[in-house]
Amino acid sequence: MTDRSFLAAKALKTRKSIIEMVHRANSGHVGGSLGAVEIVVALYYCLMRHRPEQPDWRDRDRFILSKGHCTPVVYAVLADCGYFPESDLQTFRRPGSHLQGHPYQPKTPGIDASTGTLGLGISTGVGMALGAKLRNQQHHYYILCGDGELQEGQVWEAAMFANKYKLGNIIAFVDRNYLQTDGHSETVMPLDPLRPKWESFGWDVDEIDGHDFAQIIAAVQRAKANASRPTMIIAHTVKGKGVSFMEHEASWHGTPPGKDDFRKAMEELGHGV
Amino acid sequence: MEFKQTRQGYVDGLLELAAEIPDLVVLDADVAKATKTVDFQAAHPDRFFNCGVQEQHMLSAAAGLALEGFLPFASTFGVFACCRAGDQMRNSIAYPQLNVKIGATHCGISTGGDGASHQSIEDIAIARSFPNMTVLVPGDYEEAKQATRAAAYHVGPVYLRFGRDTYPVVAEIHGDFEIGKAKLLRMGSDVTIITTGIMVSEGLMAADSLTEKGYSVRVLHYPTIKPLDEKAIIAAARETQGIVTAEEHSVIGGLGEAVAGVVTQSYPCPVHRVGVMDVFGESGHANELLDQYGLRAVNIVEAVLNILSEPLKKESYGSLS
Ligand SMILES: Cc1ncc(C[n+]2csc(CCOP(=O)(O)OP(=O)(O)O)c2C)c(N)n1
Ligand SMILES: [Mg+2]
Repeated sequence: MTDRSFLAAKALKTRKSIIEMVHRANSGHVGGSLGAVEIVVALYYCLMRHRPEQPDWRDRDRFILSKGHCTPVVYAVLADCGYFPESDLQTFRRPGSHLQGHPYQPKTPGIDASTGTLGLGISTGVGMALGAKLRNQQHHYYILCGDGELQEGQVWEAAMFANKYKLGNIIAFVDRNYLQTDGHSETVMPLDPLRPKWESFGWDVDEIDGHDFAQIIAAVQRAKANASRPTMIIAHTVKGKGVSFMEHEASWHGTPPGKDDFRKAMEELGHGV
Repeated sequence: MEFKQTRQGYVDGLLELAAEIPDLVVLDADVAKATKTVDFQAAHPDRFFNCGVQEQHMLSAAAGLALEGFLPFASTFGVFACCRAGDQMRNSIAYPQLNVKIGATHCGISTGGDGASHQSIEDIAIARSFPNMTVLVPGDYEEAKQATRAAAYHVGPVYLRFGRDTYPVVAEIHGDFEIGKAKLLRMGSDVTIITTGIMVSEGLMAADSLTEKGYSVRVLHYPTIKPLDEKAIIAAARETQGIVTAEEHSVIGGLGEAVAGVVTQSYPCPVHRVGVMDVFGESGHANELLDQYGLRAVNIVEAVLNILSEPLKKESYGSLS
């Protein structure tokens, strides 16, 4: 098992990378990226079988960022893993860059599926998982959804389909931060009780603290052990996690930090771990 | 005259292809009896996936299957593929240029009794507007089968358009099918008729009646709307006095505007569009509706005569300014 302080260090580096990337581009989504750091870090440094030097390795585990606006967290980790040079992060959202605002599989090494309009990523992942099952392949599909994203009807279409074909190779997360663009999810469009919704769609459901590496890892191991059905892990998170003034703030969903906020955020992160 | 269904051509094509391409799979969204993919399901139950009434999921899941190396044909009605699941067609399939084929049936006004909600008259416009998308609109059963085969061997997203009704079999279009290539059916020097889809039979009838009246009519058939064979259009613009397009689709965004776009840039000439005149359809028998919405040989003849009686007078535009 990967050492906890190693993962914590990766998480800190990822957070700094996110803030830098979005500040430099003056465009992008910090809140949902910061909140998903532990999940993405745990997956890439501990849980997923993957080869940065061979991004199209057939037997790799796949990751699909269904909440596609949170590219900064994924790009930061992919660069750190060595999928592409870290200096590429400076080109995020700039003309000519392979680092598009939302994941674009044909261009970016390590991106397994293109997403961007909410709801279609989970469907694509479910289709991929069906493909792997048809070929008797053993790898897994890790899919990260936003909670606001679950309001899209297509998500529940995908949920039904994954149940019908018993796609036990799917291990999905919902980043349950209770926030979306326009505010609190239960005000914008209530999702609770969320757990029985997924259970009634035939999925195994787990509920964890999405910032606790041990809980993330344990939940994935439970999901792998029970391979007869798809799993949805409801990960309770704090949007904006790690930067005090961004935490729990819907306003930091898609606002890039300006000069002062950038400096304040980096100072806070610099003092961590 | 023999009549056959284009959607049957689609599925008969798929059945042939199944033996040739082991990775070919078919998806449907609870209209398999209507799209005819039920025949494929019967022959290859393990390669058929019914998504239920979930067109959006079907197109994204097809993208997922393509990412894993499968060759998915996703089938539903044109109106559901393009309108309900337009985002998925655009963002899951066209943008990442995935090898997904969309088999859209029940296109055009001849869908009949179901009425406007089911008569897809804007799908060509939508599908052709997406970068990376190839758009095929075959004219009869045999050409539908050929187009399906060509789509399977073409790498990249393809939108295939079929109807619901039976349509005349047109032997003249049964030559080699090549994506992006127009078919010259009649050589002529007065005027050109350009058809797509099932309007080919009406176009040929129109040409015959005009020939009887002593006109020299060229007929071009376009089973591929995109990429558009521009050369044949420009030659027609140069060598004849004008072009009449005929499509079982809205005059907005379809073949007619595609042709007009080419000639206005390369060699301006009059282009008259025969199609559905920016109105929704209604319930009726296919034949009644084709009459009512002006999608017949007589309508094409009328448009041709209009062009020949009022040739574009370039000098008249001067007085407008
Ligand atoms: C189909 C679609 N509609 C709207 C948007 C615009 N949008 C981007 S992010 C977002 C809110 C997402 O909230 P959530 O899923 O909770 O993500 P997180 O809180 O993790 O950032 C919206 C509405 C979109 N990308 N796609
Ligand atoms: Mg949220």
